Parts: sequence; C-alpha cells; structure tokens
Amino acid sequence: MAGRIVVPFGPQHPVLPEPIHLDLVLEDERVVEAIPSIGYVHRGLEKLVEKRDFKDFVYIAERICGICSFTHSVGYCKAIEAIMDLQVPERAQYLRTIWSEYSRLHSHLLWLGLYADAMGFENLFMNAWRIRETILDAMEETTGGRVIQGVCKVGGVRRDISDAKLKEMTAKLDSIGGEIEDLCHVFFDDASVKHRSVGVGMLSKEDAHKLGAVGPVAKGSGIALDLRQTGYSAYGSLDFKPIVETGCDCYSRCIVRAKELAQSVDLIKQAAANIPAGDIEVKVKGNPDGEYFSRVEQPRGECIHYVKANGSKNILRERVRTPSSANIPPLVKMLEGCQMADVPVIVLSIDPCIGCAER
Amino acid sequence: MHKEEQTITEVGVDNLVSEVSKMYDEGYRLVQIGCGKYDDIFEINYSFDKDCKFVNLRLKITEGVVVPSITGVYLCAFIYENEIHDLFGVSIKDIAIDFKGNLIRTSVKNPFNTPTVTKVKAAKPAKSENAAAAGAKPDVKSDAKPDTKPDAEKKKEEA
Amino acid sequence: MGLFSMTKTVLKSLFKKPATIRYPAEPAKRFEGTRGQMEIDIDKCIFCGLCSKHCPADAITVNKNERTWSINRLWCICCNSCAENCNKDAIYQTNVYHAPIVAGETDVDVYQGKPVEEKPAAAEEKAA
Repeated sequence: MAGRIVVPFGPQHPVLPEPIHLDLVLEDERVVEAIPSIGYVHRGLEKLVEKRDFKDFVYIAERICGICSFTHSVGYCKAIEAIMDLQVPERAQYLRTIWSEYSRLHSHLLWLGLYADAMGFENLFMNAWRIRETILDAMEETTGGRVIQGVCKVGGVRRDISDAKLKEMTAKLDSIGGEIEDLCHVFFDDASVKHRSVGVGMLSKEDAHKLGAVGPVAKGSGIALDLRQTGYSAYGSLDFKPIVETGCDCYSRCIVRAKELAQSVDLIKQAAANIPAGDIEVKVKGNPDGEYFSRVEQPRGECIHYVKANGSKNILRERVRTPSSANIPPLVKMLEGCQMADVPVIVLSIDPCIGCAER
Repeated sequence: MHKEEQTITEVGVDNLVSEVSKMYDEGYRLVQIGCGKYDDIFEINYSFDKDCKFVNLRLKITEGVVVPSITGVYLCAFIYENEIHDLFGVSIKDIAIDFKGNLIRTSVKNPFNTPTVTKVKAAKPAKSENAAAAGAKPDVKSDAKPDTKPDAEKKKEEA
Repeated sequence: MGLFSMTKTVLKSLFKKPATIRYPAEPAKRFEGTRGQMEIDIDKCIFCGLCSKHCPADAITVNKNERTWSINRLWCICCNSCAENCNKDAIYQTNVYHAPIVAGETDVDVYQGKPVEEKPAAAEEKAA
C-alpha cells in the first residue's frame, strides 16, 4: 500500500470563486478522503435581522448571495407573507416568476462558463458569458440592477414591466434562444467536455437521497426534486416538468443545467403570455406574528427561509439554509475515490456558493 | 396565496434519535437543522421532506443540555450540527465528523448566543468613528482621516 | 460532431461585431431604470431622519441641529429605500454611478441645509 499524503485544496484556488478548504487525503493520485472546512466568509447576516425593520431586511436577505439574490428575496418575502396572510396580487406573482427564471438563466450561464473554464475550455467560457450579458442587460433594464435586483418587497414587487417591454423581452429571448441551443450543443456533444466529465464524481441515487442533495446535484442523480412543483409564485399555473438525468456524474449535472436554460426560456415565455393585469403590490399593515418555513427553488437547489416573529417590527429569528450548504456532504462523497486532477471539476459541479453557505 | 402545510412535532432529548430513525425508515430526506434562541430556551428544528411534504421535529432545550447527534442516521447532519455548535454553543455529542468549533471561524465565540448588540455602528469602531468625525465636522473632512485612524488602531490593540 | 462542435459559433463570431464595448473610450451602458447613486434636494429636507433609520447599510447620517444630511458613498448600496421612505420626496435616485473614490478623497458627501428662517424659529421658541 502506498503511503498517504494530505494535500490542502483551497481556500485560494483558480477554480474556486469563493473560499472553501478541502483536506484531500491521497493515496498516489487517488483521493481516499476529503475533509471540508468552511467559515472564511461568515458575515452573521442572520443575526442582523434582530436590528432591522422586517420590511428593510429584504435588502439584506437579497445580499446573502450575489447570484441567486432575487430568489433569496422571494424566499424571505414569501415567509413574511405566509405569516401575515397577505394576498400578493397575481401580477406580482408572475413578475416574480419571470425574474426568478431570468436569474436562473444568468446563474446557469455563469456556471456553464465557469465549468468550461475549470476544464480548460476558455472559448466556451467566453461564449457562455457573452450570452449571459444579454440576460443581465434585460435584468438591469427592468429591475435597475444587474445581479442584485432589489425589486422584490414584502407584499409584492417594486417595479412593473409594461406589456410592450414584456413582448420585447420575449422577442429577445427568441433571438438568443438559438445561441443558447448552440452553446448547449457543445456541452452535450463535445469530446473534450465528455472526456473531462463523464463518469467523474459519481453520486448514486441512494447516496444523493441519504446525503440530502438538492438542485441540479439531486436532479443529475435521478431524483426529481424541484420545489417549483409546489407551485409557489406563479409556477402552479405554468406547465413544466423537472429535468432529471440518471448519469449520476458531473456530465449529468452539467446536462441538467444546460437543459434548464431552455426550460427557463420556456417558462418566461409562458408567464409573459399569461400575465394578468392589475396591481403589483398590496399594502402591508401591522407586524408579523408566527413562524413559517418558506421554500423556494434557487438555481442551485432548494433554499429555506425560516422566519419566527413575535408581533414586533423586528423579527426574532431568521434561519437560511442555502442549497450550497446542503450540497457539501454529497460533495465529500463524490470526492472519495476520484483522481486528484478531477477534483476541481467535481468541486465546481455542485456550483459551490460559500458566501451563501455561511451567510 | 400559496401556503404549505407544515407540521411541527415536539420531541425530547431521549427520543430524538429514535424519532429521526423513524423518519429515515419512512424515506424522508433531511432538509435542514436550524437553531434559534428565545429567552433561555434553544429551539432546534429538524426538517424533513418527502415528495414535497414538509414535516418538522422540534427539540426544546435549556443551556447546558447535551444533544445527541443524529449523524448516525443522516450523515449529512454533520454540517448543520457543527454549525449549531459553533454559532450557539449547544453541545452535541458524537458527531460523525466533528470540527470541534472550527467549522465557522468567527472572531467572537458563539456569536448567536450573545445578547443582542443594540448599536450596529458600535460593531465597526474604526469606520464609524471616521464617519462620525467627517459628519460632525464637514470642513475638516480631509484631516479627520489621519487623525482618527491611529486612535482606532490603538483601541483595537487595547481590546 | 465531437471535435468540431463549435465551428458554427466560431464562424458566426468571425463576422459579428464585438460583444464588448471600448470603455472608457465609449461610454458604459446605462438604462433609464438603472439604480445609480442617491441625490437629495436639500431644500425640501426637514431632517426627520426617516431615511437614516431605514437605511440597511447605515450609510446616511442626519443631524437635525446642524441641519446636515450626509451619505457615505462607499457604504450606500443604492437600494432606493431612503427615497421610498422620504415623506417630502427630497431624496431621489439617478441612473449614474458614483465615480470611483481614490485614496485621500473622502467617501462621505455632506449636504448643508439652509438655516431655519427667522419666523418659524421664533414661533417655535414661543411654543416652547
């Protein structure tokens, strides 16, 4: 038996956008065990809720993550609305859906680019991010922010999209639809992509379930776990089916995300076609009293915002469980038995967002 | 309004692991473990999900009670249990992968277990002093910075 | 397929104009609704302090006695919360980003309100 050595991986590493540290126990080139440690970017945002008006905390909830920011604000607002029994107008629900899907598009395109970059496929990275730029432009035009939208508020949304603008947006999506297809085609068929990701980072369906995998990690392992099925915002009235791949490897997780691009475009079109006229917000009176677990599907998976309030304007406790922290145990499992050279690709395949994971 | 049905069942320290094992046998997935401190009582919620059905077990304990780990049933609980230990100081015994308080590196030990800091600005002394100085004396803004910086650094050293 | 899956994209990109702009030679993209820096119409301000209470970043300081309204440009997150909470509509958001701040410059902008006119001040004194 070869001697074991421990190689530290991270917190600073070219493939990691955010700091996570892994102690890799190696036997020759094979990883025997991986011990994760996080905690470099803990900001204590959950504690801040005790000092903020519950309506103002939306802006902070949104800043938990820079990529799934919009879905964080939806999750938080949904929790408060459920506690206070607020009837959010239909139009606001549809707008939330549209922006959620836009942020999914932008997050997945970002991830696909980073993934290509981790494999050393620079051209593909540029291509993915070029398409992402048009999505960000649409976001900035309608919400005012590129990545932090700041458009969701308790009781509705802060800005409306005119019908003319919606038409323009769907037309734009039609035109970049072809580009997205070309991009996905590369991920589906290209020999170098397949070479780096097929059969790498295996996570069986049983393990995924046992270790609590969420989002594309679960979907790539054959579990149809998508909280949009619960029908929050306007998802209940839109037609969609969670995308499931059964390859259980990095390639499947990549395919899930690539296919979700087309699905998001389709959902936006459906929502834009069916959006009802009406108000975009409802007046909020009083303070929340009660507790609720609000669950939303982020680009990275299921996110939970637990809010407990006692009728004062400050909330007692908010607990956020982000998809990245749920996906760390599956990551440890995936790394067992892989080759050292595959570690960056595997780490990236869960789309780690450590800022999220620690809050 | 879309509102999920969410059941919460209270459990005790003795029957926690057996209740969790029951959930495991029924095919539930561990969604999260979250803690909160209300007055002197720690409330730990264990959330489970099966086909989008959401159920919770709730454990209420006081300071000093040792909670058994559920990593024997759900291995993935280690990340949440370590987090609770680091942020609240709740002691949890027999965690499969125990970081011993080093998962989340905070400058203050158990930050979520400390009494609420009412003044937000007091938390960042160097900067807020700067801002206060600049705000109070708008004419000497440029001078304010070099003046206050050494003071703030001294204070840090003292602390 | 396989090796040449990107040929179509490569050919397209050859004949398209670049996706990037030559900033700063060309101005950056800006939309009508872009969330830029906050501005205040100081004459409308009554120094009630609502904006600073609702500021998630604690960027705003209001001094009622000295009649100053100051904002820390580096702390401001341009969320528009102050403008929405302003009863007098004195604060508004522009679509221009604040210029970068280099070392040595101050990051706090202070706005000095007009001194209170004689008459209302006298009335206040009487009331007191």
